[in-house]
Amino acid sequence: MTTEDIRRAQLERVLKKNNYQKSALLEILHSAQEIYGYLDQNLLVDIAGSLNLPPSHVYGVVTFYSYFKMRKPGQHIVTACLGTACYVKGVKQIIEAIEEEFNLKVGGSTADGKLSLSLTRCIGACAMAPAVVLDDQVIGKATKEIVIERIRNVLAGERDESV
Amino acid sequence: MNLSDIQRIAEEENEFQRAYKYRINVCCSSGCIPFGAFKVLKAFEDAVKELGVENICKVARTGCVGTCSIGPAVLVDPGEYLYQCVTPENVREIVQGHIVSGVPVTKYLYNNSGYFRKQRRLVLRNAGKIDPTRVQDYISVGGYFALAKCLSTMTPQGVIQEITNSGLRGRGGAGFSVGQKWGLVARAHNTPKYIVANLDEGDPGIFANRTLAEADPHAIIEGMIIASYAIDAQKGYIYIRSEYPLAIEALQKAIAQAKSMNLLGDNILGTQHKFDLELRFGAGAFVAGEETAILMSVEGRRAQPRPRPPYPANQGLWGKPTLIQNVETLANVPLIILNGGTWFKGFGLPNCTGTKCFSLTGNINNPGLIEVPMGITLREIVYDIGGGIPSGKKFKAVLVGGPSGGCLPESVLDAQIDYDSLKRVGAIMGSGGIVVLNEDSCMVDTARYFTDFCIEESCGKCTPCRAGLARVKDIFDKIATGEGELNDVDILEKVSEYIINASLCGLGQTAPNPILTTLRYFREEYIEHIVDKKCRAGICFKKEHKGDE
Ligand SMILES: Cc1cc2nc3c(=O)[nH]c(=O)nc-3n(C[C@H](O)[C@H](O)[C@H](O)COP(=O)(O)O)c2cc1C
Ligand code: SF4
Ligand code: FES
Ligand code: FES
Repeated sequence: MTTEDIRRAQLERVLKKNNYQKSALLEILHSAQEIYGYLDQNLLVDIAGSLNLPPSHVYGVVTFYSYFKMRKPGQHIVTACLGTACYVKGVKQIIEAIEEEFNLKVGGSTADGKLSLSLTRCIGACAMAPAVVLDDQVIGKATKEIVIERIRNVLAGERDESV
Repeated sequence: MNLSDIQRIAEEENEFQRAYKYRINVCCSSGCIPFGAFKVLKAFEDAVKELGVENICKVARTGCVGTCSIGPAVLVDPGEYLYQCVTPENVREIVQGHIVSGVPVTKYLYNNSGYFRKQRRLVLRNAGKIDPTRVQDYISVGGYFALAKCLSTMTPQGVIQEITNSGLRGRGGAGFSVGQKWGLVARAHNTPKYIVANLDEGDPGIFANRTLAEADPHAIIEGMIIASYAIDAQKGYIYIRSEYPLAIEALQKAIAQAKSMNLLGDNILGTQHKFDLELRFGAGAFVAGEETAILMSVEGRRAQPRPRPPYPANQGLWGKPTLIQNVETLANVPLIILNGGTWFKGFGLPNCTGTKCFSLTGNINNPGLIEVPMGITLREIVYDIGGGIPSGKKFKAVLVGGPSGGCLPESVLDAQIDYDSLKRVGAIMGSGGIVVLNEDSCMVDTARYFTDFCIEESCGKCTPCRAGLARVKDIFDKIATGEGELNDVDILEKVSEYIINASLCGLGQTAPNPILTTLRYFREEYIEHIVDKKCRAGICFKKEHKGDE
């Protein structure tokens, strides 16, 4: 079985578990994003077909909720929190520093695709604002120096593994 | 399972816990985990074994203690000794000193009695004290006794009467009377009826509801089951943001435990009542917390509000009567049933009873999760509980109520926390966020920030909100880049009034609040930007940062 087959089987299980119910669309999309990492258009058409929904409906739901990603992310993802608590504690300067240091823009990736930068609205760690998430690690009371160093480290670790 | 079984479990659990002289509560909630709470928990478990005190000292994983900026936080009972910024390295020293020798290790203690002195922890009664993953812990402190009391000795009408009598008002926003709302749904003729618990908490920078769910999920569930009995609903949903994995896990576990103990399902506690509960996941849309939008989302559709009436109490999920209630509201319910509405009225103000949880953040010395009696002043929250502004900076404003709240200055800090007083000064209660700004914040930029947020989150269904906010944004862009004109201030005011009066749902109706309050209290900053091309905080007039996705 290819990775694709395994994923497809996983998705099928999820659909089955939810009895192919239209009202479970959000749960199914969540699982699908977990399985595939992101939701590309073909996948959405598939899901729409399985639930007997028009693709436009599924598409509308996915674009409506910012949690769903329709683009393949970079291998490492840094997500800065732009919630109020982080905003008033200067997360903007950190975002600008990351953009400058790694030469990428919010919503985009570096040229080599190794790092992408996105924003979120509050991850609930507001008492340690500003908060930045690097892959699955939350960096609290972040400063631009700390964040840049941590990003450099994961990028370096990545290079080591591929050697 | 019935009442006597619950009593037996409570007795057994209490006996089990009494065998320990000490209890070490390690906060493993979202604020402390990134700082290594689980490693600290493991270190305590190992240390009590190694030092041979595991028979007198219980190590427990708990939810938030309330002091989320000094995590990992560890609370040692008896005596509520609170250790701050604990690392696996100093765990052994704490166990050796506090448990083995019986002398608290003062150098690691959090010394700030002021933080808790003016708080009143009713909703957060168990937060940081019980293990949220064990239903026995919850039962041992009186959990599910209120449910048993309702089912065995009260009629549904009696339950509604008690809640009405308590004066409890909704904690998610508008402050509608809870008893009245239950009465409406109970009297609706259509069946089946549904309950939706609102844990969307889409206001950025607020974590009060999340932390409650992580610390005491059974309190929310018990409140829901009691509500289901009162209004005769058989199915409920907890609508929770998917960005809250730990809260989701806590609730999922708690639901499974409640099912296995016959507290959910058919014949609850051996009675005729049945109620089933499921989670539904939100996906990062602020408007989804609005009550008609949440219904759409639970049905798996785009979360777009619709006009009311019909109200959800009559036509909610799948057109059936539906009770929508914030999770903090629900967590108050078991307490009121156990102690009575009259007891509850002893807290807070006559027309605004009880307490309110807030996440306190921003430029303040003691950020964290607080619970205060209604009627406390903003000044007491900022200075007595929050400890004032750090690094010798000056206080500038306090944001109450999230993106649809108000930015309030020094001069109204004596305003009380209650729905009406906050409304008078231009803010709203919201679902529970207080953010403190110091002199480094620009009030024009702050209003602009919230406007951007509301534009992004507007569902676009009605013109006043969509087009009005776009117009407002253009003006802010002008002002922030030095192109503002004096009559822009008047236009901002007029457009804001229009948006408030003509929008379909609460998002549009409250979105201009930050604009209007900054214009009301910080007008001179707008004038400075427009006339002097000057931003006293040094934030505007820089290269434009198009940050948002
Ligand atoms: C834009 C918008 C967002 C809202 N978000 C929430 C929310 O995150 N949590 C919440 O409990 N109520 C939220 N509300 C209020 C709900 O519509 C509803 O009034 C509330 O959940 C009712 O529960 P309560 O009476 O217990 O407060 C929001 C309202 C609006 C207009
Ligand atoms: S007020 Fe805004 S969010 Fe509410 S329905 Fe209208 S466009 Fe949508
Ligand atoms: S505002 Fe950034 S974590 Fe909440
Ligand atoms: S999250 Fe640990 S004390 Fe609040």
